[in-house]
Amino acid sequence: MTTEFPALSLILILPLLGVLFNLFAGARLGRTAVNIVGPGVIFAAFAVAIWTMLQLCSMPPGSALVFTFWQWITAGAFHVDLAVRIDALSAVMLLIVTGVGSFIHLYSVGYMAHDEDFARYFAYMNLFMLSMLVLVLADNLLMMFVGWEGVGLCSYLLIAFWYTNPEFAYNGRKAFIANRVGDAGFVLGILTLVWTFSTHGVWTLTFAGMQAHAGLLGVSATIAGLLLFLGATGKSAQIPLYVWLPDAMVGPTPVSALIHAATMVTAGVYMVVRLNFLYSLSPPAMEVIAVIAAVTSFFAATVAIVQPDIKRVLAYSTISQIGYMFLGAGVGAFASGIFHVMTHAFFKGLLFLCSGSVIHALHGEQDMNRMGGLWRKLPITYGTMLIATLAISAFPGFSGYFSKDLILESAYTSGHFWLWLLGVITAGLTSLYMFRLIFMTFHGPSRVDPEKAPHIHESPLVMTIPLMVLAVFALGGGWIGLPDGFLWGNIFVRFLQPITGVFHPTIEASAITLSIIASTAGIAGIVIAWVLYIAVPGLPGAIQTGAGKFYRVLLGKYYIDEFYDRFITRPLFWISGTALNKGVDQNGIDGAVNGTAIEVESLSQAVRKLESGNVQHYVFAYLIGALAVAAYYIYLVAR
Amino acid sequence: MTAPISYVLILAAAIFAIGVAGVLMRRNAIVMLMSIELMLNAVNLTFVGLSRRLGSVDGQVIVFFVMTVAAAEAAVGLAIIISAFRNRESVNVDEFNLMRW
Repeated sequence: MTTEFPALSLILILPLLGVLFNLFAGARLGRTAVNIVGPGVIFAAFAVAIWTMLQLCSMPPGSALVFTFWQWITAGAFHVDLAVRIDALSAVMLLIVTGVGSFIHLYSVGYMAHDEDFARYFAYMNLFMLSMLVLVLADNLLMMFVGWEGVGLCSYLLIAFWYTNPEFAYNGRKAFIANRVGDAGFVLGILTLVWTFSTHGVWTLTFAGMQAHAGLLGVSATIAGLLLFLGATGKSAQIPLYVWLPDAMVGPTPVSALIHAATMVTAGVYMVVRLNFLYSLSPPAMEVIAVIAAVTSFFAATVAIVQPDIKRVLAYSTISQIGYMFLGAGVGAFASGIFHVMTHAFFKGLLFLCSGSVIHALHGEQDMNRMGGLWRKLPITYGTMLIATLAISAFPGFSGYFSKDLILESAYTSGHFWLWLLGVITAGLTSLYMFRLIFMTFHGPSRVDPEKAPHIHESPLVMTIPLMVLAVFALGGGWIGLPDGFLWGNIFVRFLQPITGVFHPTIEASAITLSIIASTAGIAGIVIAWVLYIAVPGLPGAIQTGAGKFYRVLLGKYYIDEFYDRFITRPLFWISGTALNKGVDQNGIDGAVNGTAIEVESLSQAVRKLESGNVQHYVFAYLIGALAVAAYYIYLVAR
Repeated sequence: MTAPISYVLILAAAIFAIGVAGVLMRRNAIVMLMSIELMLNAVNLTFVGLSRRLGSVDGQVIVFFVMTVAAAEAAVGLAIIISAFRNRESVNVDEFNLMRW
């Protein structure tokens, strides 16, 4: 059942008004006005989102709410509307984006309290929310792409928010360019779909329309699926395009929480799940997604173990967790991927906000080697961060436990034993690096700069309230997805099933056994972290010297950045600088133009000698000419 | 008794040739101007001779025009030569070579 629901337009109009206000009036009207309007429009959108969700829940499963703004592109039989569509999947994403987004906006009020550029900051943040909501609510692939590009732009603007620092500006460009590579794949994917459909006389890019005609795709499903997934690896930071995300951490911390943890980086997962009818047609594409996801997940977790920068650990952790989401989608359990998107938005958003609170308290310090023993001074931050850490470590009962368990169980029962094993090992690594972060930051002796130590203070209420709200969700958010047959069962997956389809296990396995194995890995990670960083404080140093080479490789992030620099960036510079610029442009094109000019000039040099300035020479030439003309006529007459 | 037309034309051609030679060879601007007058009057002579031979006054009318133009030309030409002489203290055309590369 599809119903018109005009209130949907408000969800996009409200952030748009926020952008316009902050851009044109914000700086003039002052901080108070911006602090009210910036988060206010997002909270209002959140309220509309809840209303929408209630409306959708009152309708039978599989129904959708739609609203068409106007016809956007019309070309013969092909037309694309600027239209929004809410079904179960986009409703869930809508609530995540507006819910987590509004609390992060509230937190930003405190975090940016000392920054001069607050109006620009909130304009960008509102613009990001607008783009993300366009992405989530789009009813066709082209409009989704508009949102997809919009969030990429806002990500760039906010990473390079403090643009006077050249390194920050560079990292912003890096994120933008890495995303361009992926987006090229996305565009090619869209074109593949349009082209394939059009050869069968079908002109559509709406998700509903494509789903209805998916049978026409054939081998194009694999091609388009892989190209679109390339876009997803850029946006969602998977191998091979993940390199921008760790460097994106130079932006303000609420930005990291909102864009680079809770919402934008999960856009790729949302896209894959949205197009599940396409991917279901192509087992090879699914296999590629699952393998890349599991490898990325493991790879990023190993790097996270040794990083000293608190936000960088969280960045690699995000890459790793997104790997889990893609793993769920790649093995066919699409709903489990979205479930992890949701719980991850809660606990990873919270982790970033907590790290922001720590950084705020330490006046910009991000190196965990200069922290320690902070739990007494930052009790609320410590408590909420511990909850989030237990959630990401999949400690039984916390939200991450349910979602990660569902993904690992799906991986195993779909017959991907090795990917499951990798996932379990990664779960152990996850709790290891997360508790390393907790222990190094909050426990043990203080290694804080003596100068800064007396000024450490808990963050203001406007920052801690979002922490507490998100902590409640990080703690309890998983309980709507209990294993089937236990209490109320998995409401979440049942709600999504009309969109994502039902996951069919091919291998029987005891869910409880699998869960115990995964939980054991997680708890083992916590114990190892406790031994390393609390019980035997000298041990990490000893291991570092013992496994020096291996440690350096991890600390150097497997030298992937250096590898890309050597084999992609520099050859590109060589091709465009030496070969194309010097060779083709300067020598070839400029050479042709300049060569013509030089030839004409040397010809003129020869000819100009005729111009002697002596009038008698001219007269003589005139006489010759006159005689020639006369001779010609005489010749004509005489003939 | 009238002179045959061929005599007239041969005389005119001879005067014209002298004029051409004068313009081409002499360096003195005044002499060149005079040579131009010679050429013009050679043409006039042709007009008059042919006019008489053909029994038409058209040629004689044109001669008046030519003489008018020649007078004007002589006036302008002499004025230019005088101002050039004031600049260069010379009327030698070899020395007026500014209008070149």
